[in-house]
Amino acid sequence: MEERRLMKGNEAFGLAAILGGARYYFGYPITPQNEVTEFMSRELPNYGGFFLQAESELAAINMAYGASAAGGRVFISTSSPGLALMQEGLSGLASIEAPVVVLNVMRGGPGIGNIQPGQADYYQVTRGGGNGDYHLIVFAPASIQEAMDMIVEGFEIADRYTNPVLIAADGMLGQMMEPVTLPSMDKEYSLEKILKTKPWALTGHKNKRERNVIKSVYLKQELLEEHVLKIFEKYDKAVKELPSFEEVDLKDAEIVYVAFGTTSRMVKEAMELLKEKGVKTGLIRPKTLWPFPREAFDGIDKSTKMVVSCELSMGQMIDDVKLSLKGRLPVSLINRTGGMLLTPGEIVERTLKLL
Amino acid sequence: MRAIFEYTKGMRDQETHYCPGCTHGIAHRLIMEVLEEKGKLGEAIGISPVGCSILAHQYMDVDMVEAAHGRAPAVATGIKRVHPDAYVFTYQGDGDLASIGMAEIVHAALRGEKFCTFFINNAIYGMTGGQMAPTTLEGQKTTTTVMGRDPAVSGNPAVMCEMLSQLKGAVYVERVALNSPANIRKAKKAVSRAFEVQEKKLGFAFVEFLSICPINWGLAPSDAMKWLAENMMEVFPVKQFKNPLEVK
Repeated sequence: MEERRLMKGNEAFGLAAILGGARYYFGYPITPQNEVTEFMSRELPNYGGFFLQAESELAAINMAYGASAAGGRVFISTSSPGLALMQEGLSGLASIEAPVVVLNVMRGGPGIGNIQPGQADYYQVTRGGGNGDYHLIVFAPASIQEAMDMIVEGFEIADRYTNPVLIAADGMLGQMMEPVTLPSMDKEYSLEKILKTKPWALTGHKNKRERNVIKSVYLKQELLEEHVLKIFEKYDKAVKELPSFEEVDLKDAEIVYVAFGTTSRMVKEAMELLKEKGVKTGLIRPKTLWPFPREAFDGIDKSTKMVVSCELSMGQMIDDVKLSLKGRLPVSLINRTGGMLLTPGEIVERTLKLL
Repeated sequence: MRAIFEYTKGMRDQETHYCPGCTHGIAHRLIMEVLEEKGKLGEAIGISPVGCSILAHQYMDVDMVEAAHGRAPAVATGIKRVHPDAYVFTYQGDGDLASIGMAEIVHAALRGEKFCTFFINNAIYGMTGGQMAPTTLEGQKTTTTVMGRDPAVSGNPAVMCEMLSQLKGAVYVERVALNSPANIRKAKKAVSRAFEVQEKKLGFAFVEFLSICPINWGLAPSDAMKWLAENMMEVFPVKQFKNPLEVK
């Protein structure tokens, strides 16, 4: 039977990871995601899992690297500056083709910044962030329920693509409470069962098979190029299979907004207010930031005169919006940054000035 | 006729990429011999570091993974959580372990992680071509201390056994040297004790191998062995710092 609960975002994210089968979590305190780490320390052992507080985000991601290489289902969480420290390990995980689900509860930056919600990690999460050629598969939830569903699905996708999956939430989603329906749990969790699906995992060869070697170094340039091309075959597949978005009222819209995460909720309220003023607007909400849902922009109506990217950053996603539109329409930006939020009222006011 | 010595099963039949006179080969062999004698090659999982021994998995016939620079203890921590009964070991050089990876090794020891770390101390960065290591001796010339290491400018050598043996979680700490047959036999005993500590889940086990790097030291291998005995052993005394009662 479906179970409904009123839950705080950060605790719900942790629960989703457990229900999705994560049994290994490595965390380091950083606001505004501390409740995830605290929740996992309390709850994960009750499900037969292992919690460990690492000495740094650098150590946490490398513990995740080890546990994933050993075949475990691994979940980690952090916030923006912590994710910057994890880039080394994320590049490594993409290189060794090991799955992991990473939750980033984004805050204001650059530098230490602050602990208010932000979306200025868009480049950091969609443009690699670490060294070399690779991508993270990035989901952007707009509600606690959607975040839970994306975390559960994220484990399957990380396994299928043997690549890190990142959930780009923000401080608002982490700190607020919403009613949620709990995802169902695979009751027959067993490491042995999981290991059967991961013949590459480190288990010790038991004198029964050739040794498994998990490599990230390819000193011969021909071999490294070959390795990168192999990884990118998966990314080509991801671009075909994974892009996901929500569209709202594109028909007859004069202005189309593009917004992800909590910002899209402010935009939806602004759209109602503008409707009362006789301004027709639509919304494209990317649910995946990488691969970016470019095909969503084919659904823009002839009535549309302008596309507006709404972001809690100085304009990062706007690059992907422009790439998707290929110059067909003018693109504007309505934004706040540094932990400041866009209110529906401000969106309405700034939209009216653009008309 | 009875064979009195055979090729170690844990070592793959392959030439190594190490320089002439390098002691990595000896350290590799000792670890594999001990695992073979314990019948645990099939249970072993090794972590190779950034440094000359990044390709150790080409020679050691056990499951292995490469770690980012300095992070082998964190990677081993993750592996050991998934396979608590595996024989997990990190194999790390001085730049990897005592410089960029200082936090990871200290915290693995603080937590009493139940894996073994084999630390190759040759007082220099080998793979990158002879720069100052955290274990470079005072006055020692390297490509980044061309006048010799001056403690006023670049600090003092990291004494890892002395440091780690202060920590409760590090239950077995020993420094050995690979400069003579007698010392190599002692080193093998240390490797064996380290794995016994892990087998009995007593805590963190650490073995430091004083090693040579003839190429980057600019010495012939035999002179390098002498240099190790005359210079390194004074700063890095060969001794057992800690050994639990449960291990002989």
